[in-house]
Formats: sequence, C-alpha cells, structure tokens
Amino acid sequence: MAEAAIELVGINKSFGAVHANRDIDLKVHRGTIHGIIGENGAGKSTLMSILYGFYQADSGSISVNGKPTTIDTPNDAIAAGIGMVHQHFMLVENFTVLENVILGAEGEPLLNTSIAKARSELQRLERDYGLEVDPDAVIEQLPVGLQQRVEILKALYRGADILILDEPTGVLTPAEADHLFRILAQLKDEGKTVVLITHKLREIMAITDAVSVMRQGEMVATRKTSETTVEELAELMVGRRVLLRVEKGDANPGDVKLAVRNLTVRDSRGVTMVDNVSFDVRAGEIVGIAGVAGNGQSELIESISGIRRALSGEVTLDGSPIDVTGTADPGELRERGMAHVPEDRHHVGLVLQFEENENSILGYHDKPQYLSGPLLNRDAIVADAKDKIEKYDIRPGNPMLKTANFSGGNQQKIVLAREMDADPGVLIVGQPTRGVDVGAIEFIHKRLIDMRDQGKAVLLISVELDEIRSLSDRILVMFDGRIVGERGPDATEGELGLLMAGVESKEAAE
Amino acid sequence: MSAPYAKLPGWADYGLIPVINLLVAFLVAGLVVMLVGENPLRAAGILVEGAFGRGQSIAYTLYYATSFIFTGLAVAVAFHCGLFNIGGEGQAYIAGVGVAVVCLTLDGVFPWWINFPLAILGAGAVGAFWAFIPGILQAKRGSHIVITTIMFNFIAASVMVYLLVDVIKPAGSMAPQTRTFLEGAQLPKLNWVIEMLGLPIRSSPFNITFLLALVCAWLVWLLIWRTRLGYEIRTQGHSPKAARYAGIGEARIIVITMIISGALAGMMALNPIMGDQHRVQLDFVTGAGFVGIAVALMGRSHPVGIIPAAILFGALYQGGAELSFEIPTISRDMIVIIQGLVILFAGALEHMFRPQIQTIFATLRPRSSGVEAPSGEGA
Repeated sequence: MAEAAIELVGINKSFGAVHANRDIDLKVHRGTIHGIIGENGAGKSTLMSILYGFYQADSGSISVNGKPTTIDTPNDAIAAGIGMVHQHFMLVENFTVLENVILGAEGEPLLNTSIAKARSELQRLERDYGLEVDPDAVIEQLPVGLQQRVEILKALYRGADILILDEPTGVLTPAEADHLFRILAQLKDEGKTVVLITHKLREIMAITDAVSVMRQGEMVATRKTSETTVEELAELMVGRRVLLRVEKGDANPGDVKLAVRNLTVRDSRGVTMVDNVSFDVRAGEIVGIAGVAGNGQSELIESISGIRRALSGEVTLDGSPIDVTGTADPGELRERGMAHVPEDRHHVGLVLQFEENENSILGYHDKPQYLSGPLLNRDAIVADAKDKIEKYDIRPGNPMLKTANFSGGNQQKIVLAREMDADPGVLIVGQPTRGVDVGAIEFIHKRLIDMRDQGKAVLLISVELDEIRSLSDRILVMFDGRIVGERGPDATEGELGLLMAGVESKEAAE
Repeated sequence: MSAPYAKLPGWADYGLIPVINLLVAFLVAGLVVMLVGENPLRAAGILVEGAFGRGQSIAYTLYYATSFIFTGLAVAVAFHCGLFNIGGEGQAYIAGVGVAVVCLTLDGVFPWWINFPLAILGAGAVGAFWAFIPGILQAKRGSHIVITTIMFNFIAASVMVYLLVDVIKPAGSMAPQTRTFLEGAQLPKLNWVIEMLGLPIRSSPFNITFLLALVCAWLVWLLIWRTRLGYEIRTQGHSPKAARYAGIGEARIIVITMIISGALAGMMALNPIMGDQHRVQLDFVTGAGFVGIAVALMGRSHPVGIIPAAILFGALYQGGAELSFEIPTISRDMIVIIQGLVILFAGALEHMFRPQIQTIFATLRPRSSGVEAPSGEGA
C-alpha cells in the first residue's frame, strides 16, 4: 500500500472531565476509502473535528501525506488538502450552486472572474468524477442528494485530496446513497482519499477498504473490510454481542384501532404535505411507514396525534372520530388511549431543561395520581419516575438529574417509558432510534415488539429502512405526500427503495 | 472552543458570577466618577453609607426594594412562560386606580386591615386587566407582547394624567392628585423592625407592603416550581412545541401568565400609595416597572435571586440620592448611569465572564462534573 494520507498519533482531547479522545492512533492510506464507526458519543466527530481544525488536540500529532502538520483552523486543513462534508449542510439556501462553491474563495472584490473560473473548474470536476449539478440552480430548489453533491464539489474546488464525510447517507434515499457511493468509488480511483464516518454497518461493508472502530473515546480496532464481518464490527462497537435482527413471532392482527381516511394536510406555507392518505392500523400489528425524510411522514403523524391541523379527511380511534380538522388536542387523545413518541425528542418529546422526573409526566401531568389539589405531588412523581427508570433501564438512574445530561439513547428511553407505561391502545412512534446507540436500539426494538404482542396497534415512522423492515408487519411507502405502495415484511430493500424514490409499483416489479 | 470546560457549581453560578459582574459595573462606574473629577472611593463610601449606614437609610432602601420585588416578580413570571412583559411600569401605574377606588370610598368606613386586602384585590385586578389585553392579543392575534406592553405603558400614562387632572382630583385643588387618604387607608410602618436592631429612625416610608412582597415571592416560587400551572408555564416557556405536544393550550397559558404577571406588577402601587404618600400622585411608579426587568434578569427569575437583586437596586436608588446630595457634581443623571452599568453588566452582559470562570474552574478541579462542550450530534 502507498504511504499514509493521514496519520494521527496519540491524539488526546478532553472536555472538562470527559476524555472524548484517548490516545488515538489512526492511519488512513492514500487512495482508499476508510470507514470510522462507533456509537454516538464514541468520539468520531471529535476526532474528525480535530483533523479539520475545529478543535485542537490536547496532545498528539497529525501528519498529512507524511509531513507533520499543525491544524489550528479549518483554513489550515483546507491548505493541507483536507475537505469536509458535514452531516448538516453548510450551504446558503438562496444562493446558486456556483455562488456556494466560491463562497469563502471569492478572491477579488468583483465576482465575475471567480465565477467564470469556478464554472470551468466545475465542468472539469463533473467530467472527472461524474458529479453533475446545474451550476446555476438555486440550492433550496435542489433535492438533498444534489445539495450534498454541491458540498463535495465545494471541497474538491478548494483542492481537497482527502475528503471527510460525516454521516453522509442519513438524508438520502437508497438510490441516492448508491449514487454517492459510486461517486466516492470514482474519487478513490482518481487517487483521492475518503474518510467515511457512519454508524451504518452495511455502508461500511459495501464501500470501505478499511474500517476503524471507536468506543468510548478509544480506537478499539482497525480491520480490513474484506477480513471482517458485520457481527464482529457490531460487537467491537458495543463491547458485547448484539442481536442485529429482531426476533419476533407472527403478528395476530385484531380489530382496527386506528383508521385514517382521505387525510390531507398542508404545511404553514400551504404546500400539500399529506395527500389523500388512507390506511388502517389493527390491534397487535406494527405498521411501518417508509420514506425519505420530508415526504409527509412527519406531518401525517403530527396531524393524527392532534398537533397539526389537517385540511380534510377523517381519522377514527377505536371507532369514534378524532376531529383532526378542528379541535383535536394531544391531551384529549392521550386520555383516549393514543400515545405518541415524537420524532424530535429534543424539542417536542422532552423539555431538556427539566429534571428527568418532570419529563416523565409531560403530557400526563393532569393525571390525578400526580397531583394534590393545584400542587404537583412531587413524591408520587419522583417515585413513579424511579419506577420507570428501573423498568426501562434508564441511565444514570437519577430522576433529579437535568434531562439534557442524559445521552440520546437514554433520553429516548425516558420518552418511551412515559408513553408505553401509560398503557395506550394505539402507539405512534416517530424515528424511535434516531441518534440512539446500538445497545439501546436493541432494547427499544424489543419493547416495540412487546407492545405489539400485548395487542397494541403500533404505527411506526422511520427513515431507517432496516428498522422498518425488521419491525413492521406491514410496510406502507410514502412519497411526495402519498402512499405509493404497501408491502409485506419480506419486501426487498431494492423494491422499497424504488417506491421511496417515487417509481410506481408496476415499474418496480419489472 | 478548545478551552477546558466545566459545569460550574451552584454557588459560583448564582453567587460568584453576579458578584463579579457587579464589581466590574462599579469599577466602570468608578471611572465615570473619576471623569467628572471626583474620588471614586469616596463616592462609593457615600453610596454604601447612604444606603445602609443608618436605620433611616436602611428603611428607605427596603422601601424602594419592596416596589422592585413586585415588578421583578412580575417580569420573572412572564419570563418563565417565554414572554417578555415590559409593561410592568404601565400595569403598576394604572393599578393606582384600583387602589384609589378602594381607598377613596372606604377609608372612612373600615380600618386599614380590612381596606388593605381589598386594595390588594383592586390593585391586582386592574394590573391584571392591563396585562390581560396584550396577553390576549398575543395569544389570539400574534401581536408581539413586547410591542403591545410598551404601547400600554404610554396608554396608561395618558389615562392616568387624564384621570388625575380631570376626574379624581378634588375640586379646587391645584395639584394633579387625589385627596389625602384618611387613617383607614394608611398602612402601618415597619420602622420598629429596624429599631429593634438598635438603629433609630425618625421617619421613613418603609411599611408592611414589604411583608406582602415577601409573601408574593414565596407564592411565586410555589406557583412556578410546585403547581401544575407552573409546570405548564415552564413547559411553554422552554419549548412551545413540547407544550403543544403535551396538550397544553398555548393561548390559555399565555393569557393566564400575563394576568398573574400584571397582578404582581399592579400590587407595586400599594407601596407608595397606601404605604407612603397616602394619595395617588402623577408618576408615582418612578421607573420601578423598568427596574423590575433588571431585577428579574439579575435574580435569574427566581424569587431567591429577585429579593437580593431588588435590595441592591433599592440601595442604588437610596444611596444614589444621598450621593448626589453630598457631591453635587455627581448629579441624579450620574446615578442613572451607575444603575445602567449595573443593568448592563449584571443583565445584558451576564455571561461575559462565564467562559473565563469556567476555564479557571476546569483547571483548578479537573475531576469536577464536566460535560462535553457543545459539539454536533454523535460526537
């Protein structure tokens, strides 16, 4: 193999008492795709932020292409030929592609020369790497996959030889992800080096040459991808054996608990987000809604759960109607036995500034057992929170701790504990494992199956296709606000992927 | 970004940082004093002496503090709901009408201890009404509460001028104020409390409204942290989306919060009117509504912080008056500058020294309860 494009030796980084990176050594060979996996909080992003100059390491050294390099700012990183594509795009929404590409590299007071230069440079990059984007398109009108391509172009335009991608596929359809992987492969063939940060084991196996696993701030292993397995990597990440596939028996669907008929929802701008959607969820089954983020799933569950007004349509819960176009109220629906784990636990499902016990009653704070007159019954609430902490293995087990100090997985468990413990007839779950570590994912999946087996109707929304496929008894695919197909749990990923991309079912079958 | 970072212990967060901010404010104020050619140490001495030096001055300091506790609590309650009630000044001013109605009709009928609770209701109700209108406009029409409450300050001022000049002024009087109340509407003084400490007082406006202020502070604590309503208010304040999700009606909670906030601001009127002047005069609020904003900011919207912050501003009012009397080159306006600096450093620039202090703490105690610096999801 050729010399190392990046070599990190003995990198340490602490934030207060948290040792985010501990004696990290990493060698990325030139012209390879190198994956870095690890749970949330394992220190992947911190390490890459050190490499890109957002943070400075407390100790350790960085060499780029064999030369010791000091990287104090992102500008140093760019000068050393390192480019980064962030998880959340750093694009100016109402600028064109060209304007975004030259941003920060404008050169002269007048833009015409740099624009012209960028235009010819973009044509070259397009030729070399198959990165075609209309240079005059406005960013906000481009689909997410193309926006990401602009981020890659930005890095290449600045002369990046080493490209770091942070969770690049989180927002992409399977087809878009495949296209991204083809681009990365082409970059590799042209001699570029790619560092791919992800928590998706499948992607690691599909595209990388080598993979490094991080756990709790340490680099626990580096393997050649061809010499490892998904099971081994998962075990290295978590530190114990993990069940990747959820064990579940057959569903026993009963009566219809939740019926949605011709539901149409518009967002605040008047754009139709949910378009004439109808489906049923029966007791004892999990119905999964697959789809790329932003195709109306969020608006659908918000309107069913009473948070967002629908424009038209009917929804019934246990046979009696919910006034989704008028006065439906989340509090009233909760009393009628509908629980809701929202997609955005940070802003909707929890109040991060609250103590854990305060969040464990959010939405249920009207229940008589939590009250004594107008006062909250603190003793009862704390006792109840302790009980849930025990049952759902929430850590640290301190109900007085501020919620913001819990990890993502444990925050999600706080929400799940609250909603599941209310013993609802219908459970609506949005992105149950987003930003949750592998160990907690296993736990959450088991609980959802338990709910199903207890005869609850579960409506699941997730952008993780694997999650939908392994949990659901029926899969509905949503595209552009409509349900474009229904499949069984044995549907292949390719079939669902085509539906998610809006290719109609007949074509998909061919 | 890369500086060591540690979570501060409570005493540093709520004690050390305000004290440092205060010291810096006085340091800069000292420079201003030097600028007009006076000795800042002497000025500081006079200020402190004027605020706390004698029984008399302590009584005045606490009298001013009483007003600031009410307005500070009013601002704090609204803060907890995510609302910025700038209208404390107007709500307190117009509440004078509520006090006047009770006092002018009943001061010859009942003793003070019957009229006082009635006047509390009157002041609270009128103040609440004056905050209710901006509240309902915010809740139902989305009119921004900052704008409407400011406007309502002006409306209150105009209405009070009209009422005092044209309606409730006794016939034949030259002054725009009500008649002096009879004994039945004059509150007992609390001078004896300070005299018990061996500090004699000739006369002072310090009265039992102070006790009402302390009771209100306790009630606000109870409301915000121990009641279901307070829980809903805090949920709305921290995250309107979470409140919607929890089934908490946004409009209802905004209106109720503003009513409580306005009632607290309104009760401030009791202090000068029934406690001191025994009549309703023009401009009796004298800026207490605005000082309440600074008091709430400095007291971190917590009653335990608001009371000392109110006493601090009471001391600045009282000591400042003495200062401009003793050193004529330091005018009344200079005192306003000093108060402004305290508001600037303790309120607006509250977090200016926080990073440095956190660095010091992290270096001193590397094993303290550190938390990761804000980085992206999935570090």
